[in-house]
Amino acid sequence: MSEKLEINKSKSQILQKEMITSNYDKITSGECKVSSTFVPGNLNELVMCFDMANNLPEINAIQNGMRKKSGGMIMEAERQGHSEDVCTYVKADVGQMAKGNIAPNGKPFPNPDLLLLSYTGCFTFLKWFELLREDYKCPTVMLHVPYDANGNPTKSMRDYIVKQLKEDVIPTMEKVSGVKFDIDRLREYMRNSAKAEDNMVWMLEQSKRTPSPIDCYFGGVYYMGPIFTAFRGTQDAIDYYDFLRTEIQERIDLGLGVSTPEGDMGEEKYRLVVEGPPNWTSFREFWKMFYDEGAVVVASSYSKVGGVYDYDGFRHDPENPLESLADYCLGVYTNRNLPTRVDMLAQNVKDYNADGLLINSIKSCNSFAAGQLMMMRQIEEITGKPGAFIETDLVDPRYFSAANVKNRLESYFQMIDQKRRGGGSATVAA
Amino acid sequence: MCAKSLKEVVDYCQELFDDITFQSARKWKDAEPGRKVIGYMPVYVPREIIHAAGFLPLGILGGGADMEVIHGDAYYQSYICRIPRSTIELAVAGNIDFVDGMMFPSICDVIRNLSGIWQLMFKDKYVRYFDTPQNFKGEVGGEFYQRELHELKEGLEELAGRKITNEDINKSIAVYNENREWIEKVYAYRAKTPWKTASWEVYILMRAGMVLPPEEHTQLMQDYLAAVETEDRPKRDNCRVIIQGSFCEQPPLNLVKSIELSGCYIVDDDFMMVARWLQKDVPTDGDGIHNLSDAFLNYSAESAFKFENVMEEKGTHMFDAIKKRGAEGVIFAAPSFCDPALLDQPMMVNRLKEKNVPFITMQYAENSGQMQPIREQSGTFADSIKLWSAA
Repeated sequence: MSEKLEINKSKSQILQKEMITSNYDKITSGECKVSSTFVPGNLNELVMCFDMANNLPEINAIQNGMRKKSGGMIMEAERQGHSEDVCTYVKADVGQMAKGNIAPNGKPFPNPDLLLLSYTGCFTFLKWFELLREDYKCPTVMLHVPYDANGNPTKSMRDYIVKQLKEDVIPTMEKVSGVKFDIDRLREYMRNSAKAEDNMVWMLEQSKRTPSPIDCYFGGVYYMGPIFTAFRGTQDAIDYYDFLRTEIQERIDLGLGVSTPEGDMGEEKYRLVVEGPPNWTSFREFWKMFYDEGAVVVASSYSKVGGVYDYDGFRHDPENPLESLADYCLGVYTNRNLPTRVDMLAQNVKDYNADGLLINSIKSCNSFAAGQLMMMRQIEEITGKPGAFIETDLVDPRYFSAANVKNRLESYFQMIDQKRRGGGSATVAA
Repeated sequence: MCAKSLKEVVDYCQELFDDITFQSARKWKDAEPGRKVIGYMPVYVPREIIHAAGFLPLGILGGGADMEVIHGDAYYQSYICRIPRSTIELAVAGNIDFVDGMMFPSICDVIRNLSGIWQLMFKDKYVRYFDTPQNFKGEVGGEFYQRELHELKEGLEELAGRKITNEDINKSIAVYNENREWIEKVYAYRAKTPWKTASWEVYILMRAGMVLPPEEHTQLMQDYLAAVETEDRPKRDNCRVIIQGSFCEQPPLNLVKSIELSGCYIVDDDFMMVARWLQKDVPTDGDGIHNLSDAFLNYSAESAFKFENVMEEKGTHMFDAIKKRGAEGVIFAAPSFCDPALLDQPMMVNRLKEKNVPFITMQYAENSGQMQPIREQSGTFADSIKLWSAA
């Protein structure tokens, strides 16, 4: 007999869920125009300047993944001729359209009025919106963000982005929305962004504590929700991160460790830094493999996917709004070169006193996955801590092998134990 | 001077194709002190600027069908295409140890991240990720691109220990204009008389252009056309197809041969777009960098890694090729796990369906060995065109 467990959720998680739901209600209300864009390079402040709702297809795919709907959608896309080899977010989106384009709130998505192709840190974005444009036949505007190949974005890159904003993106958004661009409005939103970003960085850094009061990967997904989606720049986001800060401070004051879906985790045995996005179709099962073993993720690259705020202190700058949007895009994690990513994660391992680096390599996400084996070796060398490598997918349930993942995680934890006892290190990998 | 026979030309191309230690490029480098070689990956880099520095641009298109990849597999998961792992293999095994720098064009995330691996592994080498604009307005993407080209020039100047003048660039532009002119002559000749020019020969002739100085490659094409003209080869009842999707990781030569043997004349392709990327001559006077930028923005080819700003224009290049070369069908041959080709394919396929152009799709890796299914698929395709086409 199966017994349904009551899921423990913090108040901030509940609040986050309400916020995401409210955005779906806004998108599906028919009361405002809708712009679609991506989480990395998400220009939410700009979208708000034109009174448009911000629809993020990756978030829709995640929602469908967590609700176990993405598998059917992906197969539908493959039936239409999409290759098994490509990004499953894209196929989930294409399949969602074919299955009636229903939003997570149960209402149909309206066709977007604009595809804001913020081409930031992921090649697939370019093709994704070309594909959507075939069906929606709506205006599509490209913002090409050059790749930060040398770990040092140049003035040329920044000028190029600003010029595209001025010459193409803003005029297109004015035309589609019928709203005149007001730079002071943008400044105000960016002022709000910076406030929320301060609290978010405070939150990220609390996991330097032992025990860590938060999990920065599985829990981090919830904490990042508002700022990575349609709320950066809003008073709601400021309030949310104030609230989250208070909640985390309470945990710290009470000496509590990580909160999990099954309550407080108990003894913190392993502290990990994780590279790569999580698997969404078995998210809870995946998380359980960690907290059952007393493993907490103290830092993760995925918590930087919608913007990096801790590594080099970036904040949205209301005094230079367009330039600051350019800097934000250039600094997104997946837009940074491999040596920078290595440095970032190695610093995390050291600063957060982690036992090592775990890579969750995603089958259909080359932006993250290509080069990860090299990164792991480099980080092991720099930190002297063991690394491990597991493989899953974003939203394709066919590529989540629970027994395999669990087996590798258990081996990794044993390796960490051995390392602590003074034994040698080896890598757990496929 | 005695003209070269077809066999001599083809044997030479085959020798260059088979040689994954790049002896011809090594020889070129050793011929004069101070010479340098810059490797580049698909799809497009402005070879004119490398040439203007006095360097040899060397196309690195993976390890090919026969290279055993041992080290490379330790760098890449099984679900990533083969070209980066065989390219790493070439480097780790010392096959390209003489190469002074590598350029990684902005084609996809795998090649992009490979540039980072190169930065981590080969710290003493010149490494450049080469970004091309996705905005095609002169005052926006054009200005950015010109700055990129200037940065490239400055990096190469440092390597060369001398300035690259505008005159140097314009001279190199002229060399590559001529090279493209002869490539087009070969393609046009093949389309006109495909029974005389085996596609695998044309393929290795174009591959020779990846490793030879452009002046020598141009001469080689002239030799080939002169030699093939004298050949008497039987005309077959083949259909005429173009190949799409093979712009990065290259198909094994046997795949090209198999398609042809199964009854398809390949009358156009996108195998080595770097050599045909600019669709018109670039002016040889004025500001060379400006002219190269202008050519990229206004008359470069269409490919999956390039954003098409106007939806209705998508596929134009493919349809132009179909019309210009008199093709009867399209074979989409894409490398496994190739994001640009495979994500683009459904859009191109839909356009072909709308216009009732026959097509098939297939996937390969550069080391695919089993050609029987390819022959059967393309043979059936050829038969269906012959049996059911309007003619």
